[in-house]
Amino acid sequence: MAQVKDYADIVGESVIDELYAIGDKAHDMKIQHVNSTAVGGGVAEILTRLVPMMNELGVQARWDVIKGGEKFFTITKKMHNALHGVPETFSDGDWAHFMEVDRENARSMNFDNNVVFIHDPQPIGLVEQREHLDNKWVWRCHIDFSEPRENVWLFLKDFIERFDGAIFSAPAFSRPLKTKQFLISPSIDPLSDKNKDLTDDFVESMFERFGIDRKRPVVTQISRFDYLKDPVGVIKAYKLVKRYIDCQLVLAGGGATDDPEGEKVLSEVREAADGDKDIFVLLLPPSSDVEINALQRGSTVVLQKSLREGFGLTVAEAMWKTRPVIASAVGGIPLQIKHKYNGILTHSVEGTAYWIKQLINEPNYARELARNGKEHIRQNFLITRHLRDYLLLSLSLFHDKDIVYL
Amino acid sequence: MENTPFEFKSRLVLTELLGRRAATLPELVEGIRSVPLSSIYHHTHRFLQQHHFLSPEPPNDFAYWVTNMLNDEIAGEKLASIDVMQFLKLSDLRQRFLTLLEDYLRTANNVNRQSPEGEEFHFMSSRIFVVPTGKIARTVEEFREVLKAVSIHSIYFHMFEAKLRLEKGDNDFSIWLRSAGKEREAEQISRLDPYTFTLEGLRERLLKIINNGTS
Repeated sequence: MAQVKDYADIVGESVIDELYAIGDKAHDMKIQHVNSTAVGGGVAEILTRLVPMMNELGVQARWDVIKGGEKFFTITKKMHNALHGVPETFSDGDWAHFMEVDRENARSMNFDNNVVFIHDPQPIGLVEQREHLDNKWVWRCHIDFSEPRENVWLFLKDFIERFDGAIFSAPAFSRPLKTKQFLISPSIDPLSDKNKDLTDDFVESMFERFGIDRKRPVVTQISRFDYLKDPVGVIKAYKLVKRYIDCQLVLAGGGATDDPEGEKVLSEVREAADGDKDIFVLLLPPSSDVEINALQRGSTVVLQKSLREGFGLTVAEAMWKTRPVIASAVGGIPLQIKHKYNGILTHSVEGTAYWIKQLINEPNYARELARNGKEHIRQNFLITRHLRDYLLLSLSLFHDKDIVYL
Repeated sequence: MENTPFEFKSRLVLTELLGRRAATLPELVEGIRSVPLSSIYHHTHRFLQQHHFLSPEPPNDFAYWVTNMLNDEIAGEKLASIDVMQFLKLSDLRQRFLTLLEDYLRTANNVNRQSPEGEEFHFMSSRIFVVPTGKIARTVEEFREVLKAVSIHSIYFHMFEAKLRLEKGDNDFSIWLRSAGKEREAEQISRLDPYTFTLEGLRERLLKIINNGTS
């Protein structure tokens, strides 16, 4: 696994020096992370990387996982849906069971740490334990929180306001709260299979494997087959472009096999493609990180035409690979793209088609956007920045002023 | 000559969300009026910090949002043209935004247009952590050598943050050079408009001024 110093070639020595300097100030600080799963999902993925990196910098970081049965996770799944705006009903028994499981977990856990980070709603009830302790508690929300249903919001708000701070991934998720709120965006790992450098030969071989012609422009969207990613809208935009430019479209992603809705979306996508040999619908298995990496790197333009997004890290991934990106202005995407400075933000099929044509026909402009895009990701969306934010936040809990001299 | 050594510092930023949003120009005005001054600083300097490699520099957050999300190019241009360099106090800068927008609201049509859903302006603020870089200059020659290699965040801190956020009235480099007897170089740096450079471009210009003075 990569170590902190391995990132120096990418972000520069001064960034690594800063991380060690902060680590020095937070030396021996005990930081605990609690979530509800050790493997699978974005939270486990990021903690797997961040916790060892924190320890490498001299912080005593640990990670605990709460346990729960099927009933508990059915309730938390409903909470997750309701936070995304889906109507769900909860009985008094649901809330009682939720609390019972969190209290049961609390009995076997030790919170004797300087800072306790509680990730997402599942372990949020653990905050009751702080009444007996003299330490700082922070709630880290990883999910789209822009339009939560009233029932789940009122239940959670009561807990959130018992924390010293709440962290959201995008400004749109912030709400009026008594608790201080912080913005910590997610990040990509430039040394992972999904983002590491690949040789041109490797990229070429991957395109050959999929039968895609790199001599003609390639427009790509990487995402699971889901209505919210609007793959049919992408095909419509491609068809508007195809009248004028002989390009190809790649729609690649996974997630359709065990999801009945996913299969439906996939069949609609195939229907919309209507046998066009220049449309490549690639249903990839979960372990396809290098393939996705190659597809992004070899594309002329990358799209993310989502109707809704939590954060939309595929945008950062494509920008990191110096690709010009056209994406919808939803979720965390406007944090990543500043329109016409480092990418393009659109709101419609027609707008997307217009900009695909522009970027294919004006490669110098596209290159300029892409170059700025890569720098923006380097400065703001790599794992080193994520690590720094967690450490700064931990330190900030012990300082009142908005200018802190370390 | 004997002079207090210059200690190069750097700064790191943690962004706070204020839980307040605006979807129209009048709501933006109300927000600008009531948020803490650290939020005014954040929204007028965030682009510089996050996009410091870009030239031309994107404008302040207010101007960007009014132009791109409200599609009000006239108000956007007015907001972008505010010369942040002229202000020594954040409260005066806030007042300039308010006066400009209030005047505009009185005379313009269609000022209640809404931003698209999901594109509201979110007020934020920033908490700043000042950290030593461990680099110290005792002479102008040493100062020049450190300036060549120090991180751009350090240059940012001493040129922008010191003057406006810490309200020292001038940038740290000019203050120190003046005390080292380099009045002319100090003055030239004070008169630079650092908002029109990328941070690397600013480093080059600073070095050029100091090189001319010491050669």
